[in-house]
Amino acid sequence: MIWQQLQSLAGSCPLALRGLGMTVVLSLISLVLGTLLGFGLGILRTGGNQLISGVIDAWVDLIRGTPFLVQIFLIFFILPEFGIELDAFTAGIIALTNLAACFICEIVAAGIRSVPTGQVEAALASGLSRWQRMRQVVLPQAMRIVLPPLVGQYVLLIKDSSVVSAIGLTDLTRVGWLVVQRVPNGLLVFFLVGVGYFIVCYPLIMLARRLERRMGAAHGEVQL
Amino acid sequence: MLENFSFRTIVEYLPLFGQGLITTVWLSALSFVGALVVGIVLCAMNLQRGWLFRVPAKAYIDAVRATPLLAQLYFLYFGLPRLGFVLPELVVGILALSLNSGAYIAEIIRAGILSIPRGQVEASVASGMTYVHRMRLVVLPQAFKVTIPPLLGQAIVLVKDSALLSLISVSELTRAGQLLASDRFMPAEGFLTIAAFYLLLYYGLKGLAGVSSRWLGTAGART
Repeated sequence: MIWQQLQSLAGSCPLALRGLGMTVVLSLISLVLGTLLGFGLGILRTGGNQLISGVIDAWVDLIRGTPFLVQIFLIFFILPEFGIELDAFTAGIIALTNLAACFICEIVAAGIRSVPTGQVEAALASGLSRWQRMRQVVLPQAMRIVLPPLVGQYVLLIKDSSVVSAIGLTDLTRVGWLVVQRVPNGLLVFFLVGVGYFIVCYPLIMLARRLERRMGAAHGEVQL
Repeated sequence: MLENFSFRTIVEYLPLFGQGLITTVWLSALSFVGALVVGIVLCAMNLQRGWLFRVPAKAYIDAVRATPLLAQLYFLYFGLPRLGFVLPELVVGILALSLNSGAYIAEIIRAGILSIPRGQVEASVASGMTYVHRMRLVVLPQAFKVTIPPLLGQAIVLVKDSALLSLISVSELTRAGQLLASDRFMPAEGFLTIAAFYLLLYYGLKGLAGVSSRWLGTAGART
């Protein structure tokens, strides 16, 4: 019986690879977009404009305060009411990017605030423009604080991408769910699904730990 | 557009939402207690010098942190019956949340204990305290202060994670929203309402975290 199951599982191999591919593609696209957006928001938030940082704060709180599953449902089922038709893939990318951007914004803002004001003043006194100041003085120093939790955030993002299976995207978790309908061995099937995620996530966790030790930033904003 | 947004339907479904909210609250609370137990045991194992307890604890913590909660939930949901444990969905859900959060809590407690300066431990050894005395009178009271804020952070994560239990048809808050969305074809009403309820829980816990860190005087100690 176990042989039959193994054979049947071997037959699902292409499906599993497609699922893993979907998980990686989803995570990668939203990781890049979320990082860009998150850095932008983080810089804006510490820019000194009360109104802008207030709006960003409120949005980040809304996203942090609601489950990701509910956010996906909201995007997937409600945006169409505003005339924006979305397929599941786009909805997943939007939801994941938004989530990543909000958490990365917090990480970046904390990093920028950790740079001593003397540095900014010195940059001002040397006549650097706003952009030069950010790019050449503040960000390079902030990266020391930003990098370890940023990598940790990527792990969270990959894991959160599993929730997208709820709106029918065939990612790795969904593949497990499909396979378990045919091969009634939940332990084995979801063990293998777990192995798939582990292979992607564990190297990143190790990297985050190494960065944390190297950068000497003992207090991470994010727990993996 | 949302011009058909029906507050009346929301009011009509309010008892269902209320029940969902209550279920979410108590199942999260129960899971948090379970997670504390799992976390303390794992942390104690992890801090042992011998490898016999340390290695399994570390492996468990890494395995949990490197895989999504949803996959863990399905692992238990589809796997337990195979081992002969046919449990109600609610129990499986609480079990999954406890086992998942426990791994994170173990690390929070460990960080708290390791944050105690070595001098404190050495001083208590020099004063002739036993291991139990040292832990109970010197290390744990100080570690307690450091761990409360991140523990409340984990409680917030747990409440949000509990939404995933709706996918194994536990009738909690998110499930209530799904019911309204599918019964009446009103996703906006259903999901916006539960989002509001989750925000209520979030701000409550966040406020508690703020109060506790001011009360414990750890606000400044974190930087």
